Amino acid sequence: MREIYLDNCATTRVDKDAAELAAYVMQTVYGNPSSLHKKGIEAEAILTEARRRIAIALGCAPDNVYFTSGGTESNNLAIFGAASANKRTGNTIITTAWEHSSALNPVRELESRGFVVKAVSPEPSGHIDIDKLAALTDGDTVLVSCMMVNSELGSVADIERLVKLVKLRNSKTLVHCDAVQGFGKLSFSAERLGVDMLSVSGHKTYAPKGVGALYMKKTARVAPLFFGGGQEKLIRPGTEALPLIAAFGLAAEAARNNFSANLAHLTALFKHFVKNVALTENLCMNSPPDSTPYICNASLLGFRSETVLHYLAAKGIYVSSGSACGKGKPSYMLKAAGVSRARIDSALRISFSKHNTIDDVDAFFLALSQAQKEIVV
Amino acid sequence: MKELVLLKCGELTLKGLNRGAFEDALMKNARRRLKDVGKFKFYKAQSTIYAEPLEDCDLDEAVARLSKVFGFSALSRAAVAVKDFDAIKELSAEYLKDSLSLAKTFKVAAKRSDKTFTPASPEICAELGHFLLQKFPHLAVDVHSPEVTVIVEIRDYAAYIHREQTPGAGGLPVGMSGSAALLLSGGIDSPVAGYMMAKRGLSLIAVHFASPPYTSERAELKVKALCEKMSPYCGRIKLFTVQFSEIQQRIKELCPEDYFTIIMRRYMMEIASKIAAENHCGALVTGESVAQVASQTLMALACTDAAASLPVLRPVIGMDKEEIITIARKIDTFDTSILPYDDCCMVFTPRRPKTKPRLHEVIKAESALSHDDLIHHAIHGAVSVVIG
Repeated sequence: MREIYLDNCATTRVDKDAAELAAYVMQTVYGNPSSLHKKGIEAEAILTEARRRIAIALGCAPDNVYFTSGGTESNNLAIFGAASANKRTGNTIITTAWEHSSALNPVRELESRGFVVKAVSPEPSGHIDIDKLAALTDGDTVLVSCMMVNSELGSVADIERLVKLVKLRNSKTLVHCDAVQGFGKLSFSAERLGVDMLSVSGHKTYAPKGVGALYMKKTARVAPLFFGGGQEKLIRPGTEALPLIAAFGLAAEAARNNFSANLAHLTALFKHFVKNVALTENLCMNSPPDSTPYICNASLLGFRSETVLHYLAAKGIYVSSGSACGKGKPSYMLKAAGVSRARIDSALRISFSKHNTIDDVDAFFLALSQAQKEIVV
Repeated sequence: MKELVLLKCGELTLKGLNRGAFEDALMKNARRRLKDVGKFKFYKAQSTIYAEPLEDCDLDEAVARLSKVFGFSALSRAAVAVKDFDAIKELSAEYLKDSLSLAKTFKVAAKRSDKTFTPASPEICAELGHFLLQKFPHLAVDVHSPEVTVIVEIRDYAAYIHREQTPGAGGLPVGMSGSAALLLSGGIDSPVAGYMMAKRGLSLIAVHFASPPYTSERAELKVKALCEKMSPYCGRIKLFTVQFSEIQQRIKELCPEDYFTIIMRRYMMEIASKIAAENHCGALVTGESVAQVASQTLMALACTDAAASLPVLRPVIGMDKEEIITIARKIDTFDTSILPYDDCCMVFTPRRPKTKPRLHEVIKAESALSHDDLIHHAIHGAVSVVIG
């Protein structure tokens, strides 16, 4: 059975050369980058090269890149770190109602510790009104955190505009962007965006799980979450996960080098997908028309998403559902976006990678039409 | 120093002529449970089963496993001494030195089943107590609530020194009361029901109904995980997974909505009865509890019973959810049971299920189904895996 993986927002297949580099580092360049001897120096060179590659992909200097264990840690470090290092600046945090749980829950935790939290909900169009979000900034605002690409709908937020508007209102307010679903898929430069902090993760863009990075502006004051050795300039101590970091660097470089070709390919897939949605009975798009071509969220009305998900999985087609399951809770992101319960319960998220083809999309729609015939509702 | 595990047979001692058969079954079960801990020699004498390691092995693990074997009322890890009182005294001080040096109070208890041994029990207690007080001068004797009780058992083969007994799992050896088929949904109640019937000496097979694509593969993995959690108590479990989607779809299409659950339950009972009979089981076991859900009212239970061709044992029938949960936590199935994967009982659930169904109405409601074909397909398509 042919495997059609359409769940690339959950994770991606690791690039072959990135996986090989990780294995090579594990077996050959296995020294600790902090060791004084030759093995340490070799390892440090790998680390430096990976940092350089990530910096180029992020559009910043290598000094601004801090390696972490992934998106969750980057978001936690940015949010807790900024809030605790800048308590004197203010006591208010501004965010959106549909941040990823790894950004939303740290903010909720800070709220329980006494911070005031203000969150804007997305507009019915499926976008965050950046002006509305920025307008919440006042003299007490210590941090604004907003995701670049929504992980369920694919909506893109204008982070550059957000930073400008926030800084106009309060130049001391730090702006954090969770760019996990944007990195390697959208063209941006962290420096040009003007953000103080920006989170990325390896495994969403063909690197292994367990590695990510936080971009931090030199001027941003952030307190560490962990204490230990002197790695990552004391911001993130702990022996560097060198094999993963090396693979991350290589995968990020490949994503950047092939950016235009990949984007053109994905845009063609997305267009083909949208065209087919219009031709399929009971199927409606939840993603806004200007979403990233990597994510398509659509509801097969009347069919529970888990049932369709399992039906497709039995045919080797892997997607994700809008809500967890009957016992679980419906997607808070779609709920925040004002999507109706019926649409949330039948929502499917199809997320593409550079490996997908037009044939994959066609196979998906064929299976979906069979599902409509075979599944009893 | 030689150590072994002394296992006391509780209810078995009440058995008459077949007591030997019960003890043999118990030893067989215990031996199997210790198979990958190490080589053990098992023998019995004076209502006690001895598990003696024949090689260096993890006795703590052995005790932990044996404490889950039904049929033992208590167990103790003990040091083996030659039947010489001086040797017993020295060994007691040496074997229990860690607990005695940390405790403030202690007492000595003696059991002398070998009446030829001298001194007698009261003297053993007095003299050994005196000896230990000299060795551990910080200790005081407390005969009512000591922190450590030093127990000396003078038996036929040797003398055994140990601390307080730990309680065993109780019940009867699994397999001695026959076999039954447990309907295992994946919820909290059915593993508890299986555990309770295994405690009464039943060996179990399990029948699970899967309904892909309406239920996920994870629900099936969850049921396997539950069998793994149950097997330290229940022994080896053969798990049958029945593909149930076709039956559920046909019921949904062809029967009145409010009868959906009751008809589905009847099909489950019938299929489970047939699988049970093929596997030499004498009963079905379910985790039903009166009035917990619509299909568990008295009238609904009467309708489901009518579809079963074997007696239906419902050990949790009179228990509150909290009581069931207490057992589920004890046997460590609770955290697995609450994993949020839909099972087939949550598929197509009617908005208003019939709570007072009458059998003749149910039979009429299900008459549109091609009963024999559906049952045949389901049983034919069942797959089994042995767990534990």
